[in-house]
Formats: sequence, C-alpha cells, structure tokens
Amino acid sequence: MIAPARRVYAPEPPGTQPPYDWADYRSTIKRHPKRELLAVPHTLSELTGPTFADHWPGVPITDLTRLREGAPEAMGQRITLEGRVLDEDGRPLRNTLVEFWQANAAGRYHHSADQHDAPLDPNFLGVGHTYTDDQGRWRFMTIRPGAYPWRNTDNAWRAAHIHYSVFGPGFASRLITQMYFPGDPLLAWDPVYHAIPDAAARERLISRYDPNLSVEEYSMGYTWDIVMRGRDETPMEHH
Amino acid sequence: MPIPTSSQTIGPFFREGLNRPTWADLTREGARGEPIRIVGSVLDGEGLAVPDALLEVWQADAQGRFADPQDTRSGVPDPHFRGFGRGCTDPEGAFAFRTVRPGPVPGADGGLQAPHINLTVFARGLLKRLVTRIYFNDLDEANAIDPLLRSIADAGVRATLIAQRGADVDGEATYRFNVVLQGEGETAFLAV
Repeated sequence: MIAPARRVYAPEPPGTQPPYDWADYRSTIKRHPKRELLAVPHTLSELTGPTFADHWPGVPITDLTRLREGAPEAMGQRITLEGRVLDEDGRPLRNTLVEFWQANAAGRYHHSADQHDAPLDPNFLGVGHTYTDDQGRWRFMTIRPGAYPWRNTDNAWRAAHIHYSVFGPGFASRLITQMYFPGDPLLAWDPVYHAIPDAAARERLISRYDPNLSVEEYSMGYTWDIVMRGRDETPMEHH
Repeated sequence: MPIPTSSQTIGPFFREGLNRPTWADLTREGARGEPIRIVGSVLDGEGLAVPDALLEVWQADAQGRFADPQDTRSGVPDPHFRGFGRGCTDPEGAFAFRTVRPGPVPGADGGLQAPHINLTVFARGLLKRLVTRIYFNDLDEANAIDPLLRSIADAGVRATLIAQRGADVDGEATYRFNVVLQGEGETAFLAV
C-alpha cells in the first residue's frame, strides 16, 4: 500500500495555479473562501481516484461536427484537436476520461442559461468525451468556438476556449481547465486567463497549430498536452 | 519535469457537458452496504444559493476499500461500487447523493481515519476546485480519533465537516451537509 503517506504529490510550483480571490473576475468576489485552506496529509483517500479502464461512462463522442453519423453538419471552421494526458513524470495516463464542452461558432452554448443574442446551431451541441489510449493520447473533431460577451465588465469578451475535464492518478489530481487558441487578441484582456500569475503557465493553456494534424482541404489541426498532478503508481497491466 | 496544467473555472455552462444525472446514485450498480443519502446546499458569501455548482464525491466502499488498483491492500473491493459520484446543484442551490456508508480507511500514521466522503466543488467564480470532506455526526467515537478532525482546534470550523443526520428518506439514513463558500459558517476547505 501507499503508506505512510504524507504529502506524496509535490506542491504545484508557485504562480502556476490561479488564486480563489481574484476580483478582476467578478464572480469570485462572493465565492472565494476567506479562511486559509487546511493542508492535509496524502492518505489513500487523496491518492486513489476513479478509474475508467472499462469505459463505463459510455462510448466516446469525438465528432462534434455532427449530432450523429450522416446528420447535417454544424456551421463553422472544422478543427481537429489532439494531445496527451501526462503525469508529472511525463508518463502517459492511459484509459483516463477526458470530457470537453464549448460554445458554437457564433459564441453561444447549447445551454438554457446562455442568453447571448447569437444564433444557436441546431446541428451542434458542443459536448463530447473520450478516453486516452496507451500513449495517453486523445483526439476529437469539432468546430472552432466563437468568442462571446460575458458582462464581467463593460463590453467584456471571453477569449475563445474549449473546456476540458480530466482525471489524473488520484483524487488529489482532479482538473478542470480551458484550452485557448494561438493569436487570439482577447487573451490580452481575459481576466480568467490572467488569473494565473506565471506567464509561462498561462501560455501552456494555448494550443499550438500543427500542420501535420491538419487534414488536406478539410480541417485545421491543433495540439495541446495536459499534465496532471501526481504520479501514476499503478503497474500498467492493472489499467 | 512537466509542470501540472493550470486550472480554469468550470464557468456557468457546464451542465450539457458534465451533468450525468445517474452518477449521483453511487449504489446504482448494486453496491453492498447500508444505503445512505447526503443532501445539502451550496451557498455563497451572502448566503445566496449557488445554482451553478458541480459536486463530485470519492469514497471507500462499505468495507473501507477503494475501487482503484492503487489501493493495494489484500482483499477485493466491492465490484459493484465505483466510489465515484457527480451531481449538480439545482436552481435553489440544492444537491443530493445516494451512496453506501463508507468503511474506515487507513490514515497517514497507520491508524484509522473515521468514515468520510471526499468532496470536490466546482462552480462559476471558482478558478480552481474546492475540496472538503463529509464526516458523519453519529460516529462520535470514530470522529474523536480521526487525525484530520483532531487537527482542527476550532470546534466551529471542525463542525463544518460533519454532516448532520435528519429524518430518514424512504427508510434510508439521510445526512445534511451544506457547503458554505465564504463568510459565516464557511466550510473548512482542504489543500490536498
């Protein structure tokens, strides 16, 4: 067993994670804890976590450009996204669940609370999930999301992004984040992005255009790797 | 060495992407043990309901085993219990999980920790998740020797980690556990 466990996972390098209290993003003001967090030893409770080797959340949904095979295509610029999920040793995390969701090409989510006056696309839900392969690799095809206004301040627009939800080796490594696109002028103004103090850490959230991933006369390719906190101690044959 | 990817908020529009209503019932595959329910609300610093939070739970099975090969102790965890659940708050900020009462699990010092459920909270306005634990108010003896509860000197803060048993629902023990993000009664959140 993993014992005696203290702080088994290394602390995250300073400045690489956003604070809770970040008034530039107004929704944090009434939602950030004011008391210091309690550092707890890493026990089995923190070091174990859900496993997805049998793909129990269901068959992958990796083509967001159509609601089903043969259905009409969503509007917008087709993109292929690919990357790996790695642990802190750079080792691939296999068979882990990767979920993603996003706005449509016009910058509107298929969500009842999104009242942005932009067209909904009846052929686009913007929701999918997949599992990493033996190299920790995931891949899906979608439509490039549009930017959208969000009332954080007057005339504020979120940089175009795709949300990702990822599970690492244990409960202590759970991550939800956002992937951005290179060259987006809104990144300079986006307070969610700028909540991360370390510039290099911020920039690691920006995907990279990859001509090798582009499909000729069909779609543009972007790559982006996700690094999960901790180390997968599990022998691979158990996964 | 690769540096862990930075967190960003889940935002307000995650429901289509992440809500899986069946996942709030951890007993759905026929788990062994005593079925229990955890109900509660997520509240902000003004006491207002947080209607756009996502909660996830991770816990041991009824025997105190985790459904993860990294729990390498001898024996086999309940094959019908994944130990993982997910739920969203409703427009009134309320959430509910059905699960089985977890068994005790080993602590860092080799002793036992009191039965507990690990809880993650994501929400609009949280740039990274919050983590806490749900303990049970009818397990006084186990709680009294739990290393984490013992490490919290302030009784009021400690009490925020302890779910309170109320009236049974459909004959099942039901505990209330509110998550207060800020201010009076602020939940003890953990750096894991």
